[in-house]
Amino acid sequence: MTTGTSDDVHEIRWHGRGGQGAVTAAKILADAAFHSGFAGVTSQPSFGAERRGAPITASSRLAHEPIRVLSQVTEPDIVVVLDDSLVEVAHTAAGMKPGGTLIVNTTKDAAQLVAAGGIGGAVRVVTSDVTGAAEAVGLIVGGQPMVSTAILGAFARATGLITMDAVEAAIGHVFTGTAGAKNVEAARIAFECTTAGGAHQ
Amino acid sequence: MATQKTLAATGNVLVAEAMRQCAPDVMAAYPITPQTTIVEEFAKFVAQGRVHTEYVTVESEHSAMSACVGASAAGARVMTATSSQGLALMWEELHIASGMRLPIVMANANRALSAPINIHCDHSDVMGARDTGWIILFAETAQEAYDNTIMSVRIAEHPDVLLPVMTTLDGFITTHSIDRAQVMDDETVAAFVGDYHPDLALLDDTKPPVSHGNFAGLGGPYFEFKKAQRNAIDRSAAVIKSVGEEWSAICERPFGVIEGWGMEDAELAIVAIGSTAGNARHVARELRAQGVRVGVLKVRVFRPFPFAEIADALGGCKAVAVLDRSESFGAEGGPLFLEVRSALYDRAERPAIVDYIYGLGGADVKLELMRRVFSDLSDIADGAEVPGRLVYLGAR
Repeated sequence: MTTGTSDDVHEIRWHGRGGQGAVTAAKILADAAFHSGFAGVTSQPSFGAERRGAPITASSRLAHEPIRVLSQVTEPDIVVVLDDSLVEVAHTAAGMKPGGTLIVNTTKDAAQLVAAGGIGGAVRVVTSDVTGAAEAVGLIVGGQPMVSTAILGAFARATGLITMDAVEAAIGHVFTGTAGAKNVEAARIAFECTTAGGAHQ
Repeated sequence: MATQKTLAATGNVLVAEAMRQCAPDVMAAYPITPQTTIVEEFAKFVAQGRVHTEYVTVESEHSAMSACVGASAAGARVMTATSSQGLALMWEELHIASGMRLPIVMANANRALSAPINIHCDHSDVMGARDTGWIILFAETAQEAYDNTIMSVRIAEHPDVLLPVMTTLDGFITTHSIDRAQVMDDETVAAFVGDYHPDLALLDDTKPPVSHGNFAGLGGPYFEFKKAQRNAIDRSAAVIKSVGEEWSAICERPFGVIEGWGMEDAELAIVAIGSTAGNARHVARELRAQGVRVGVLKVRVFRPFPFAEIADALGGCKAVAVLDRSESFGAEGGPLFLEVRSALYDRAERPAIVDYIYGLGGADVKLELMRRVFSDLSDIADGAEVPGRLVYLGAR
């Protein structure tokens, strides 16, 4: 069954591990999309028993009309994966629309990811070393690189739906001062190192 | 001059913002998922000095509502928030708050009740409190949750009413989803809600002393107190409408105790409360585009229940589905169904009506489920048998 939302709605599903910031990333995306001109933006977490390391998902929708559908996204146009160990085990490509975009935080390239399995069908695979971007600017909290903001640089590059200006403004609403500057810098690095399996500019 | 800013925020953040703008004298609250971020945000406002509220941290929801009752009787404007097991733990104080006619405003993040344990959305908690004498509002969106919170203060404190108000929003779906909403400037909200000047405050030593909630046993006025409570909640219907109209004129967003979409000429209709109304409307729009005469009726006020409005809205339909996100085990349907069906009893022309229990414990309300309901209604309107009074929609 189709989720039935119209073609004008971009449906996004997030995959991460508890503590990685997928929910935070989804929230900042909603803010950035709002500042990129989308009239309808929603982001919702899918909570289980929250615990560190457990696979979690979140759903976002972006549209130029107000959105009133708040069910979880099951047939995404875009999937964002914060941890490449989840690509196969969390069935991250499940239900993706043909021609959809799968964005993965990884040091592997798209061909290696596809060869590792779990990604079938006509999906465009985009990779970005988001963890590396976070580490490069020292975004380490409790020994863990914080990827929730840098991933938005990869998202902006891979989809073209939001501008880097809007990403930077949205990050600024959550983090200020030195922390804000570091998060923005990480997003810029991730934007630069984002590469598609098929060339995408 | 009223000015609004548009932002992307969660339902809970917007409820906390509305509470800050209404400036309660006292908040006594205990955190519980998925209400926690309301009281967390509010505590932050207190710490930042952005609201001058006595914030009472308590050891349980039983204590939270007890402190609210005491503070409200003393003469304070009082707010709190809870969810699920927390609301259940407040049960005896809920009756005391309404029986003492205390205009406490409480947000509830609608969540399932144990067992089995579940933290997700359904309406079992609120519906368990439907007979406690509180006015009960439901929000579909974060925006409505914000608006309802502000209106609740005026409704509760209105001299014709003086009853507590529960303003509810769907757990996680509305509490935690980022949505676009408009927030009014502080001065406009402050002017709208005004100051609270109770007539019978315990701590008002400028007036003759009073006491509240006294023994009213056999031969006492207990029975008459209850009749007065019934009269007050009946009177609140008009107050809710006028407060809604007044706020609507300021914020330029419509308010009705019910809200219809396509109901003018609908043959098939879904009745829903809370966030699900949006999903139902989305599918209704698709079907309208195919020429099917469908509609969606959203109920924003559950207590006092808008019987006449609902009967009028559904009178012309051939088949109606009521969506219940809670159970009334052993009854002939869920709580909303029982009310809607009762509302239609006095009408000469009654549509076929069927109850769907759905989404318990946060079971996802997929659009295909809404399509299935409209498809059933179409079959029923064409003469198919009603598939039993109660269908568990989407249960495995």
